[in-house]
Amino acid sequence: MTLITVEAFYFIAGAVLATVAVRIAGDPLHPRRWGAAAFWALLAAVFIFGQVFPPMVVGYVVLAMVVLAAAGQVTPTRVAAASQTERAAEAERLGNRLFWPALIVPVVALVGSLVLGRIHVGGFWFVDPRQVALISLGIGALIAIDAARRVTGARTMAPAQEGGRLLQSIGWALILPQLLAALGGIFHRAGVGVVVADLVGRILPTQIPFVAVAAYCLGMMLFTICLGNAFAAFAVITGGIGLPLIVQQHHGNPAIMAAIGMLSGYCGTLLTPMAANFNLVPALLLELKDPHGVIKAQAPMALVIFVANVALMYFCVYRF
Amino acid sequence: MIKLVGILVVAVGFALRFNTLLVVMAAGIVTGLVAGMSFNEIMTQFGKFFVENRYMTMPVVLIAPMIGLLERHGLQQRAETLIRRLPAATAGRVVLFYTGIRQIAISLGVSIGGHASVVRPLVAPMAVGAARAHGGPLQEKTIERIRAHAAAAENMGNFFGENIFVAVGAILLMKGFFESVQLEVGVWEMARWGIPTAVVAFGVMAWRSRALDRRIARDRAEQGAEGLR
Repeated sequence: MTLITVEAFYFIAGAVLATVAVRIAGDPLHPRRWGAAAFWALLAAVFIFGQVFPPMVVGYVVLAMVVLAAAGQVTPTRVAAASQTERAAEAERLGNRLFWPALIVPVVALVGSLVLGRIHVGGFWFVDPRQVALISLGIGALIAIDAARRVTGARTMAPAQEGGRLLQSIGWALILPQLLAALGGIFHRAGVGVVVADLVGRILPTQIPFVAVAAYCLGMMLFTICLGNAFAAFAVITGGIGLPLIVQQHHGNPAIMAAIGMLSGYCGTLLTPMAANFNLVPALLLELKDPHGVIKAQAPMALVIFVANVALMYFCVYRF
Repeated sequence: MIKLVGILVVAVGFALRFNTLLVVMAAGIVTGLVAGMSFNEIMTQFGKFFVENRYMTMPVVLIAPMIGLLERHGLQQRAETLIRRLPAATAGRVVLFYTGIRQIAISLGVSIGGHASVVRPLVAPMAVGAARAHGGPLQEKTIERIRAHAAAAENMGNFFGENIFVAVGAILLMKGFFESVQLEVGVWEMARWGIPTAVVAFGVMAWRSRALDRRIARDRAEQGAEGLR
């Protein structure tokens, strides 16, 4: 038994999304009033009733959201944000007090992660220990919203209003990470990875130890680029290339192979638009004109680290 | 081979700049169909994974109200003002410092960052503010470059610090995989072998941070007076 599960925070997030939908529906200036309101309402429904609806129903809801987005219905409001001068004046008035609410989130996340997962009376847990990081983040966010309202002296509905503006500026890309995760799941179930691993093993002369290492690292990176997720790549590429070639054929150390192999996958994550939550959503959050601006900044680093990984693995995996 | 058609759909769809959501969903449907799933089955899979992965979207949704409100009241402007008081701060040093903190914290199991909660309201404006403090207003493209590096600093610190902590998803996933093939591999050993790459990653970030500062100086040398912010 647990008192607080992550489901409670999905419910609250759903409520935030629902207020976005309601505000858009009541905004006659919105260029795509009903389409946009429907999109946010459907997303809110998935967050609130995700566990109640059968998965197939959720699937069709997602399809409807995708159609709305593709039809250009999900656009931001035209109501103007506060001007630069207005913001500068507020910054002057409030000073460093503005930072306190923003610092609450990491502090609560930190303390919560360390403490909350350990509180229990017998088998009755305060929070679900497996989800303690997410729950701590959620608690921190709620405390921070209240603190921000007190510090700024804003109206009760102001956080929902300003937060809604921020979410509308991200738009449909907000659900891209979840949709890509679903695509990765379907690729996995269809056995896409097995085909890729098989292909690599057949084309390359993997009887040479260095080629085995290079093929494994490259496989991790390329497959992560395709799927947007190094975790999904790991089981496939390690099962298809790493284990049979590096460990069984050449007697390499599996711990070194796995550790550095996963980090080679992360180099792929830095390079791919498929990893939307790390690369595309931040570009929108930071209001970059180039949606691939973050990937471009990361590309030189990813490639250098990848080369270093191949070298590290080659020199260590057969030696320790 | 036919199963790879989904990857083709993604590549072609992205290249032709169709709506990204549409491309991703189409790729999933096509892949499911060639793998012999029915349409309803594919929708069930989409629904199942979409619900399971709500945790990816939740932090942005819950943090947006706080950040939106604070920004409306000048948070970014204040972050800039504060960083101007540190004469040693440059855009590159701000983002490098953040990467370092992020790496150390997460290697101890503490996730303190995030694009929505820390990079947008604090790191990005501080880096831009530091650059402005050293030579006045910046061009739009320079500001974009600095912001992109601030986002990159978050990813670098997050990815290349996380695998050093044993209770993290990646290590547990690897452990689980090896167990499934009857191979005993220690979590501590895997975590230890994440350290060399973490050190390399910090060094690479230091190199790119210095390159960023040089680039800012170069942008400034070639810029005209118009379009400055």
